[in-house]
Amino acid sequence: MKAPKFSYIRAESVEHALGLLDKHGEDGRILAGGQSLMPTLNMRLSQPDILIDINRLDALKGISVDGDTVRIGALTRHVEVLNSDIVRARLPLIAEAMPHVAHVAIRNRGTFGGSVALADPAAELPACVLALKGTIVLQSVAGTREIAADDYFKGLYETERRDNELLTEIRLPAQKPGTVSVFLELARRHGDFAIAGLAACGSVSGSTISDMRIVYFASEDKPTVGTNAMAALTGRDWSDETREAACSALAGDLDPMANLNGSAAMKLHLQKVLTGRAMDAAVSRAGGAA
Amino acid sequence: MTEETTTVTMTVNGETATRIVRVREHLVDFIRGELGYTGSHLGCEHGICGACSVRVDGDVVRGCLTLAVQCDGAVIETIEGLTDSGEIADLQVTFVERNAMQCGFCTPGMLMTAAELLAQKKPMSRDEIRAFMSGNYCRCTGYHAIIDAIETTNNSRLKG
Repeated sequence: MKAPKFSYIRAESVEHALGLLDKHGEDGRILAGGQSLMPTLNMRLSQPDILIDINRLDALKGISVDGDTVRIGALTRHVEVLNSDIVRARLPLIAEAMPHVAHVAIRNRGTFGGSVALADPAAELPACVLALKGTIVLQSVAGTREIAADDYFKGLYETERRDNELLTEIRLPAQKPGTVSVFLELARRHGDFAIAGLAACGSVSGSTISDMRIVYFASEDKPTVGTNAMAALTGRDWSDETREAACSALAGDLDPMANLNGSAAMKLHLQKVLTGRAMDAAVSRAGGAA
Repeated sequence: MTEETTTVTMTVNGETATRIVRVREHLVDFIRGELGYTGSHLGCEHGICGACSVRVDGDVVRGCLTLAVQCDGAVIETIEGLTDSGEIADLQVTFVERNAMQCGFCTPGMLMTAAELLAQKKPMSRDEIRAFMSGNYCRCTGYHAIIDAIETTNNSRLKG
């Protein structure tokens, strides 16, 4: 359980990091919080030539408000997001998800950008960023690209980010007053990777679901928008009939990957259960009859 | 590939140490092997068990997921430092009173994490304490006694 040999360099500025990434390409690996990278090194599942440590780049840290947008620097630690008043007020979906993100010692080091850059299919934050239709900012020596979350997540640990690009910021539209969001997750132990989970946001009027976007995680190879389930919900009164229709439509959205936590059938079942619970919560939070 | 090394300086339990480290060496291997503080334990070495918990610049972290080279200039505290300073003396007494350790392997990590909980100085229910401590495994499964000890200490500190 010891890391293989590698070279290490501490980036002194964002430009320095971009130059190093450009030079080393896929042989270099960005070391941010290290809470996912270090286990893969210790288990020798990856063997990069060089680690580029960005932990001292203060320019990549912090949460700020820019009009209707909340900007989260890539190197912002989970603990800062968890304790952020801005996030609590403007991104209640993220605020609800944060306690599920790992454990205290991990949250003290792990970063928001690191989670989105890695795109672990069972991770909470990629699902939230996709649910909120966030924008991912990627920088390279060639310039800056802004990628919509819908176009960013490509597959298992696969994203739109190129080897010479550094994820520098995530921009999220502030959730509008009058809208509602729900985050739900099932895990074996609090803070562990999810067995099934979803991030939902939309609007509910009375007990009618006017509009709802639901992103499922921990079952597909990437966070996945439940298009069919959403269509079965939109404009409907929340009832047993709607619940059944949404659950049966969900089978057309998800084809879960089985893993140690459960079979494909079990995961699909759990996502259906969560869908029902999420809409119960959404209607109740919006003030309608649950 | 050759073994890359570099020189780091860090303050561990109040003493400043300058050493040559292999860049791939994680913090707890460095603290245990080079500085002789063997209170921080290595269980899983991939961030699951929490036995390696140490404090870096005031925050509890996984020592196995932090490279020693990253801690150049940092202030590190281990269970030895917390014990010597008396910061958690009451918690340690309660751990003994409540029999909150069996084999003792997880205990330093439990105490390091609980120290961060106590430092928050806020009332916490047993469920909240469990959630806070959920990143630390006890393979003897003596969780009830550990939660008892932390709850007792937190409550008595808040009472003053």
